[in-house]
Amino acid sequence: MSTPTLEKHSAALDAAESTAAQKITVTFRIRRFNPEVSDEAKWQDFQLELDPKERVLDGLHKIKWEQDGTLTFRRSCAHGICGSDAMRINGKNRLACKTLIKDINPEKPITVEAIKGLTVLKDLVVDMEPFFQAYRDVMPFLITKDTNEPTRERLQSAEDRERFDDTTKCILCAACTTSCPVFWNDGQYFGPAAIVNAHRFIFDSRDEAGEQRLEILNDKDGVWRCRTTFNCTDACPRGIEVTKAIQEVKRALITRRF
Amino acid sequence: MNDSVSLYDVDNPAPVIEPPRARTKKTPRSTRTNFELYGWLFMRLSGIVLVVLVLGHLLVQLVLDGGVSKIGFAFVAGRWASPFWQAWDLIMLWLAMLHGANGLRTVINDYAQRDNTRFWLKMLLYAATVFTVLLGTLVIFTFDPNIR
Repeated sequence: MSTPTLEKHSAALDAAESTAAQKITVTFRIRRFNPEVSDEAKWQDFQLELDPKERVLDGLHKIKWEQDGTLTFRRSCAHGICGSDAMRINGKNRLACKTLIKDINPEKPITVEAIKGLTVLKDLVVDMEPFFQAYRDVMPFLITKDTNEPTRERLQSAEDRERFDDTTKCILCAACTTSCPVFWNDGQYFGPAAIVNAHRFIFDSRDEAGEQRLEILNDKDGVWRCRTTFNCTDACPRGIEVTKAIQEVKRALITRRF
Repeated sequence: MNDSVSLYDVDNPAPVIEPPRARTKKTPRSTRTNFELYGWLFMRLSGIVLVVLVLGHLLVQLVLDGGVSKIGFAFVAGRWASPFWQAWDLIMLWLAMLHGANGLRTVINDYAQRDNTRFWLKMLLYAATVFTVLLGTLVIFTFDPNIR
């Protein structure tokens, strides 16, 4: 038997259908940079008709597909999971695919620019290599002292899993790291994202290299450079309490010593 | 965008703007010291002690016993006759100077972009700190109330 469907439209569905075509004119102000044309970045305005319930990414698609095919940006899944389309929208780091037009005041021009602190290659595309280098440096993989191939599953209690649940949500979009004022001025700092991913393994009961990771983050460019400005927590599109994770690593370092 | 003849084209792209001090494969040279840990801890602990010392100092100097008008050579000489106030001022001098210097060190680390600027600003900071701490300590220990 198939699931019975509603015979009549609900009031909410009627309302949704009748307003489906209500489009407004939105101005996108995008910071363009093309090294093959000029060495200077320029702001460029685009006018487009959008439903306020659409996302910024839909607007960017509309521009690229209908107005200017040279507009360059990264996106992959378009549903807030792959972490490709982090950008600075109205001065705040967000995912373009999770930001609705109605939520960011479409009456004024919507500014879109590349995330800060990384080399801009073209338009909204940045060189993510230093970001991923910091990620690799904290060894974001399971390390065990037993080098034999495991013969059974590594079990863990629900409480042990809960301990690092928050930091497993990271999608490596770089919104946190590129919102950090310390990282803007000094790319040697590991940055919030790398510390979050170290946290995920440091507090995992199955992992046995927590000491090593703590030692790496105890370095002069490690957690002690965090100024607790909370920019990273505000920027995280996954709602990870990034600053809290960094503080927990600091606490682990101190309690390990004393 | 094509108002003037561009210097750059596909085969000759403009240089991109690299951020200062980007992380590379060669970066992680772990120093394996606990200096930053102790520095961070020192800021918290000295901060708590300084709240008491500095507020007490301000109260004694500016509020109690007729306020600021009482301060003179005789007042300082009278206070430093007691080992308690000598110790108070000595601890306050050391903690405040080291706390401030360490704070300024982190500010320089955060904001100086070039390695050279960073190095010389810190050298200037350390020189000023050492000079002030040593001079202050010398005065507290060798203070002579009968000086002419």
